[in-house]
Amino acid sequence: MSKPGNDKKVPFIRIAKRADISPGKAWMLRIAAIILSLMTGGILIIALGHNPFSVYRDMITGSLSTRTALIATAKIAVPLLGAAISIAPAFRMKFWNIGTEGQILAGAIAASYFALFQYKNLPRPALLLVMFMAAVIAGGLWALIPAIFKALWGTNETLFTLMMNYIVMNIVTYLRTGPWKNPSSSGFPKIAMFDDSARLPNLFGVHIGWVIILGMTVFMHIYMKYSQHGYEIAVVGESEKTARYVGMNVPVIIIRTIFMSGAIAGMVGFFIVSGSSYTLTDNTAGGYGFTAITVAWLAKLNPYAMIIISVFLAILKKGSNTIQTNFKIPASAAEVLTGIILFFMLGCEFFINYRLIFRNSKVVEVHHD
Amino acid sequence: MNPVNAIELIDITKTFGGIPANNKVCLQVRWGEILALLGENGSGKTTLMNILAGIYFPDSGKVLVNGSEVTILSPKDAYDLGIGMIHQHFKLVDNMTAAENIILGLKGKGRLDMKAISAKVREIGEKYGFSINPDKKIYDMSVSEKQTVEIIKVLYRGARILILDEPTAVLTTQETDRLFQVLKNMRDDGKSIIIITHKLQEVLAVSDRVAVLRKGEYVGTVDTRDATAQSLTEMMVGRAVSLNIERPEPVNSVPRLVVKSITSYNDEGYKILDNVSFTAYGGEILGIAGISGCGQKELLEGIAGIYPVTPDSSIEYYPDDSGKPTELVGKRPMQIRKLGVALSFVPEDRLGMGLVGSMDITDNMMLRSYLKGKLGFTDRKPPRKLAENVIEQLNVVTPGVTTPVSKLSGGNVQKVLVGREIASAPKVLMTAYAVRGLDINTSYTIYSLLNEQKKAGVAVIYVGEDLDVLLELCDRILVLCGGKVSGIVDARTATKEQIGLMMTSLGGEAKK
Repeated sequence: MSKPGNDKKVPFIRIAKRADISPGKAWMLRIAAIILSLMTGGILIIALGHNPFSVYRDMITGSLSTRTALIATAKIAVPLLGAAISIAPAFRMKFWNIGTEGQILAGAIAASYFALFQYKNLPRPALLLVMFMAAVIAGGLWALIPAIFKALWGTNETLFTLMMNYIVMNIVTYLRTGPWKNPSSSGFPKIAMFDDSARLPNLFGVHIGWVIILGMTVFMHIYMKYSQHGYEIAVVGESEKTARYVGMNVPVIIIRTIFMSGAIAGMVGFFIVSGSSYTLTDNTAGGYGFTAITVAWLAKLNPYAMIIISVFLAILKKGSNTIQTNFKIPASAAEVLTGIILFFMLGCEFFINYRLIFRNSKVVEVHHD
Repeated sequence: MNPVNAIELIDITKTFGGIPANNKVCLQVRWGEILALLGENGSGKTTLMNILAGIYFPDSGKVLVNGSEVTILSPKDAYDLGIGMIHQHFKLVDNMTAAENIILGLKGKGRLDMKAISAKVREIGEKYGFSINPDKKIYDMSVSEKQTVEIIKVLYRGARILILDEPTAVLTTQETDRLFQVLKNMRDDGKSIIIITHKLQEVLAVSDRVAVLRKGEYVGTVDTRDATAQSLTEMMVGRAVSLNIERPEPVNSVPRLVVKSITSYNDEGYKILDNVSFTAYGGEILGIAGISGCGQKELLEGIAGIYPVTPDSSIEYYPDDSGKPTELVGKRPMQIRKLGVALSFVPEDRLGMGLVGSMDITDNMMLRSYLKGKLGFTDRKPPRKLAENVIEQLNVVTPGVTTPVSKLSGGNVQKVLVGREIASAPKVLMTAYAVRGLDINTSYTIYSLLNEQKKAGVAVIYVGEDLDVLLELCDRILVLCGGKVSGIVDARTATKEQIGLMMTSLGGEAKK
């Protein structure tokens, strides 16, 4: 043996990309991640002085066991799924639209205008249709502004769409405190509740928006996978140079796709005001536009996977509301708990893609035959 | 200097996702020699060198530097051991000067003494015969100057073992000669130099010994004076290969593409093409030569309708029936296709422009034809069939049609791209650096594909950088110099020196 050349040691742990992982093993890892997250969350619950088993039980029963609970959970899942579906084509095109929150609000404002001021002039079906159309167009136009700037002048869409959120949020506040303020409400300024004719009918206890959103999910899957537009979106997202090389009209594709993305978000805004809250508030978008980004990423932009993930997140949200009331757990602690579960879920994807090699462990031999 | 080897690699194995890039590779590099590392694409040369440079860590095996076993975990460890690598893609900060780039990342005193640093940089330059201005900004530099900065960067850090990954791929003949002189000076100074290259003439010209890898395994090392281009190729490929490029005589040459005074400005308003005119004939290969960045890319992209040219430029395409020519200026690629112009283009940037790396072979075949489906849907059946044909006819090595093209090796990527462009039965076929980075075997496959097109009456335009190949493959060569036509020569009679001169000065008149 020769003398050591330098005093470096092989690192204790190294990371290597996995060649392939069997679906079974991947699911084992995911289940292990869920169990670990529940255990870690359990420590937090014990620290708060509660029994983790009853807290977890109440999270599940509080979101799924009764009809009322199921309806409440669905009312969270539906707009979340809709917002995630609206993000899908934009993100596939690598257009980082984080303005979904604002596009939802833009749609909600447009729908609310007709609900509040035109309900006397239109029969119910026509009123709902007009509200729907107005929301779709308003959401689309709100998204169109950053899209045009990006397509023609290459501005940064992330900042642009984010800023657009704040503008529309302040427009809502202005409308609530100013022109749209309900004169009959005393004290805190509010916008009036919608007339019954401006409220969406229910199907199985939830406004019929859920049927349309599920339909949109199927549509989006087919659109992105099998349509010429979907193919163009994918090519532009991967390489604008390639798109230009084959002669695609890149600005038109960007503008068209982002209009659609905003239009779906606007539709979600209509469902929220007309199917759920029956009025317009500062909280109408309620963070759905931002949470939907998590949904879209976790689902790897697959619309069907978005259904599962938005339902899962809705259960967590509703469940954490339940434990707040049942155990007097503070809202912030309930959010930490949700965060822990999400953290483990995301973290396990790393272990699915990579493996760790420990020092002195046997190295895999390579054979050629 | 010690009589021991500068570097000894013993049984190095490195796998990526289960696929071995290096399998029990052994290699010895002596002090004071230039060792050429030779191998086809995917033979594991770069991986092996990245292990030495501290970028990858081997799964197993030993690395000995100057006789002692070492562990190299990072590029810094490599520098500490006197190993420096000059990568194919330069890693320099554009808006800093040469000297600033050279000291970047080094520890030093609180206050920088740029004068002393510049002096030391100059001193290194003079010692080995470089010309360098330490205070010049990188963005003002030519490719060759940037390479000089990279080399001095590793010398400044005290490297005694230098690894160069395809250093000549971007250089002109004259620049290559200069680089080789520098490498020889360094060798004579006792340093050891490993050079990765595909070009056999260069291996024979500059190296002392040649080590050959094939499919991740070590084949052997030979003394350069005992080697020939033929013997090295056989070691690399594993069987005998003919190194002659066929050049059939053009038959029935008819004008196919008449380019009249194309002028084009780039984004900065700089004239990148200046009054370029030529005619491409069916049944011939027209070569285009020039130092990098003198308008070749813009010329081809301008013809393809991707790069803007001034409205008074004219590009006329003559269809078969000697009918009226079609004017291509001002039209986009899709409009050009709709007019029935059979123009195919293999661009320089294969994965960034010609293909979509993350998409599979079928979807890449569909790029040209995706609008053919009905009712706004795509029809993947014909492109899938095409993908299967290309894989079979061009021997594309791939697990299947659903493999993303970015997972294929460079040669197979190019086969997919060329296969698609040829499949649309072009009358004009433009290729930019069609064999760049490809190994000998694949390069010859591409040459014979181009020759087949030529024999079928296609007007082939071949932008290349290797003058030997241009002179052997093409019928005529158009030489560009600073966006202007320096001249069009007969490739059967022209010489390398003549073209080299025309590349650097208009018309080839020697500079005073």
